[in-house]
Amino acid sequence: MIKFVNVTKIYEPDTTVLENISFEIKQGEFVSFVGKSGAGKTTLLRLLLGMEKPTTGEVFFQNTNIKDADDLTLQQIRRKIGGIYQDYKLLNTKTVYENVAYILAVEGKENFEIDREVPKVLEIIGLGDKMNNFPAELSGGEQQRLAIARALVNHPEVIVADEPTGNLDPYNTHEVITLLEKINKTGRTVILSTHDRDVINKLGKRVITIEDGRIIRDEENGKFII
Amino acid sequence: MSNFSRVLNFALTDFARNKGVSIATIFVLVVTISLVSGLFFFRGFTNYLIFGLQDKMDITAYFKDEVTEEEILAVKDEITGLSADIKDVQYISKEKALEDFEEKHKDNDVYTKALQEVGANPFLPSLSIKTSGDPEQYEEISNILQSGQYSQLIDSVDFTQKKDTIEKVYEITKNVNLFGYILSAILIIIAVLVVYNTTKLAVDTSKDEIGTMKLVGASNWFIRGPFVVQGAIFGIIAFVICIILSTATVYLLSPKLGLIMPGFSLADYFISNLWVVILIQLGFGAGLGMLTSYFVVKKYLKN
Repeated sequence: MIKFVNVTKIYEPDTTVLENISFEIKQGEFVSFVGKSGAGKTTLLRLLLGMEKPTTGEVFFQNTNIKDADDLTLQQIRRKIGGIYQDYKLLNTKTVYENVAYILAVEGKENFEIDREVPKVLEIIGLGDKMNNFPAELSGGEQQRLAIARALVNHPEVIVADEPTGNLDPYNTHEVITLLEKINKTGRTVILSTHDRDVINKLGKRVITIEDGRIIRDEENGKFII
Repeated sequence: MSNFSRVLNFALTDFARNKGVSIATIFVLVVTISLVSGLFFFRGFTNYLIFGLQDKMDITAYFKDEVTEEEILAVKDEITGLSADIKDVQYISKEKALEDFEEKHKDNDVYTKALQEVGANPFLPSLSIKTSGDPEQYEEISNILQSGQYSQLIDSVDFTQKKDTIEKVYEITKNVNLFGYILSAILIIIAVLVVYNTTKLAVDTSKDEIGTMKLVGASNWFIRGPFVVQGAIFGIIAFVICIILSTATVYLLSPKLGLIMPGFSLADYFISNLWVVILIQLGFGAGLGMLTSYFVVKKYLKN
């Protein structure tokens, strides 16, 4: 489903962030990328979303080479990938309801579908009573749950979570990871990037370890070893 | 719900939520549009002054006493067709010249007595010629009239006496025009920069959101649309305020300006140029608002 082939990313003039990275992620897998801050995890996800282009090598999403994808193809790929980020990346001038509804509006869904789906997702995520609040009026945990609701509402094929627990306390961290596991059980691919040792060791899923822009380990039922 | 009505809905919601930014942007637009509108009225005012001055400038070709009216009118027709710059050629007969003189000096005994002493009508029939004001044109016409086929009919042309005045008036009108153009160019550049930067400030507050919208797969049009529509809303509101302000200003100033400048009616100028005023105000408000929003968001979409 997702394939990186000999990917190298160099930022001008000579900062190599990723070096000759190759791996493949199959549909329905739960893969964690681990590594120290600055190891290149976020760049890897940005390459997958087409926010960056590899200096050399190819990135494929469902056999589409992202490097060659035009604007329309990129938009379609991004709609198939639900993103959860450490800084939440919420639309701060929109309400909780509108943040989630925006994703469906982007896909051109009808209003009645939006009115049906959004409250449902917000109820599941525990934000049913905060629909008219703005992100700034939510706690950190609530903001991350809103980001998750937004990532899930259009049933994307892949969930990309970049340090989703970075700003959360242990209780909220556990909640988010449990939710990601549940999502994975529904058959969706989950890509988690983190440097949280406990999270990885409890998961017992595939772990790809990155150090200085290189893959140094790729193990099924992997552990956090750096 | 179509995408367009969604975009419109987003724009209206953002407009209502960001009241501070919206009011500030509209205020700047009102100031800018008023500035440009003021410039338009200023140009109308200076053009009136220039035309007034140019209209008073002419050269007169005096014909010999024995030349018949038919011959003079034939010359008039020929001169009128000489150049597109010749604005007006007026025939003044001997009788009309005397009549005008008497009317002009009816309260002055010296002139009346002098005329009586002369006994007969001392005036010559003439053609009064007006051009667009360029001294060179006057000189050229004067030369044509005093040489070749016309020289036998013409007694004299008063270009030499009027040359200095014509040159001074031409210089003044040229400088007023040049000053008007330079002032217009500077103010329009300032207006465009002010509107651009105000729009940029309004869009800047949503810079991060634009990045997020891209990340979730929104099309460029879906992201840009609400900002462009908001630019139009700002512009239309600013236009409405400005047209009301302009009408009120014209209503209040027109009678006073009429006292300073007899013959110039600001109200008439405003009414006869209403469509131009509307076009300028809408163009600067909505047009520029939309265009600058488009380009500012485009810049962020590239990042």
